Amino acid sequence: MIAIIDYDAGNLTSVERAVKHLDYPCVVTNDMKEIESAERVIFPGVGAAGSAMESLSRLNLGNALKSAVDSGKPVLGICLGTQIIMGHSDENDTPCLGFVDGNVRMFPDGLTEEGRKLKIPHMGWNRIQIKIDHPILSGVQTYDEFYFVHGYYPEPSNSTHVIATTEYGLTFSSVIGHDNIIATQFHPEKSGEPGLRILKNFCEWKLC
Amino acid sequence: MLSKRIIPCLDVREGRTTKGIKFKNNVDIGDPVEMAQFYYESGADEIVFYDITASHEKRDIMIDVVRRVAETIFIPFSVGGGIRTVGDMQAVILAGAEKVSVNSAAVKNPDIIAEGARLFGSQCIVLGMDVKKVEKSETIPSGYEIVINGGRKYMGIDALEWALRAQELGAGEICLNSIDADGTREGYEINLTKLISTSVDIPVIASGGAGEPIHLADVLKKGCADAALIASMTHYGTYTVSEIKDFLQKEDVKVRNSW
Repeated sequence: MIAIIDYDAGNLTSVERAVKHLDYPCVVTNDMKEIESAERVIFPGVGAAGSAMESLSRLNLGNALKSAVDSGKPVLGICLGTQIIMGHSDENDTPCLGFVDGNVRMFPDGLTEEGRKLKIPHMGWNRIQIKIDHPILSGVQTYDEFYFVHGYYPEPSNSTHVIATTEYGLTFSSVIGHDNIIATQFHPEKSGEPGLRILKNFCEWKLC
Repeated sequence: MLSKRIIPCLDVREGRTTKGIKFKNNVDIGDPVEMAQFYYESGADEIVFYDITASHEKRDIMIDVVRRVAETIFIPFSVGGGIRTVGDMQAVILAGAEKVSVNSAAVKNPDIIAEGARLFGSQCIVLGMDVKKVEKSETIPSGYEIVINGGRKYMGIDALEWALRAQELGAGEICLNSIDADGTREGYEINLTKLISTSVDIPVIASGGAGEPIHLADVLKKGCADAALIASMTHYGTYTVSEIKDFLQKEDVKVRNSW
C-alpha cells in the first residue's frame, strides 16, 4: 500500500488518480498508523510553506513523516512536498522538516531569458538535466518535459543531493534525492507519460 | 526554458461537445472525455473545457465529465463557463480540474478572484477576458474594452486596467479572448495580446482567431503570449497538434515535442 499524505495542502486527488491508473493500491490519509504500515509514502502539496508546516504540526504528521524517512521506506516528495523536506523556506521564513539540508528560495525579480523578462511563478512545461543517475529517472529522455507550477525552488547544500536540474533564468534543483527520499519540484501526475513513468519507477523502487 | 503551450478548447453542452466535431479520421466524436484523450495522446499541453450548458441545474453533468476526464488524462486542464460562486469553483477543482476560469462573474464581482485565490491558490484561478477594440477614450485609455454575453454587452471597463487589477486580486493566469478575431480564422489579435502580456507578470493565453499554424507563431512571438488556444483548426482535422508543433519548432518557437 502507498500512503499519500493528506495535510490539507491542496487537492491530492490527481496524485491518487495517477497512482491508481498505474494499478498500484494507494490511500489518501492523515492517519499515523496507516502511514506507518504503508510500504511507500508520497508527500505532495500545493500552496504556501508556512500554512503547510502549520497543518503538518497540527495534525502531528511531521513526526509520522520523520518515522517514515527513518524507517528507510521509499518517500516521494512532490512540488511543495519537495520544498517542505528541506531545512528552511524563505517563503513566510518557515523552518521546515530538514530531511535534506538546504534552503528554499524565491525566484528573484528581473530574471530574463533571451532578452525577455520571465514570469513568476515558473508555470508550464520544462526539461530536466539529469546530474546523478537514479532509478526513479530510469527511461526518462533528455527531451522529455514535465509540468511545473512554483514561485520558490529548493537549493540543497550538498550537491550530491541534486539528482536533476532545470533552467528558468537560473539553474535550480528540480529533482532531489537523499537515501530513501526522492523529490520532484514538478508534478509527475500532471506531466503526461514521462511523469507517469517516474511515478511507476517510484512505485517499483527497491532500496537495498 | 519553458515551452509555449498549445491548448485545445472544447465547448461542452449538457455533457456533449457541441459542434459536429470531426477528427482527421472523419469519425464524429461528441464525447468530451474521448476528445480529451485524443488530444492528450496527440500532444496537447493542456485542455480547456467551456461549459455552455444554459441551465444551472444541469451543471452536475459537467462535474461528472470533469471527473471522468481527470481519470483519463494526466496533463493540466481547466474548466470555465458558468462559474458564478466559490462553490462552483470548488466543485470543478475537487472533481479533478487543475484550474478554473471565471469571466463575467468576475467582472460583476471581482472579489471572487481574491476569494478563489485564497482558498485554492492563485495557480488555480484563470481570468477569462472577452475584449473588443473600441475608440480610445478617458474610460477606455487602451482602446480595448471588456465585454460580456458573447460580446453583446459593453462593460465600460478598460481591458488593460482589468487585467492588472485581476492580477493584483490573485488571478494566476489570463485567458485573453478577442471577440473581434474570434471565429474569423484570420489570426489572433496581436496588438491586444502583446499589450496585455507585456504589462502583467502572469501568463497570458491568447484566444480567438486561430486558423493557420503561422497565426500561433505570430501570437507566441510578436504577441508575446505564453500559450495559444486553438479550436476549429484541430477539431475538424485540418491540422493535428503535432503538425502545429512541428511548424512552430521550425519557426524557432520552443514547444514540448515529445509526449
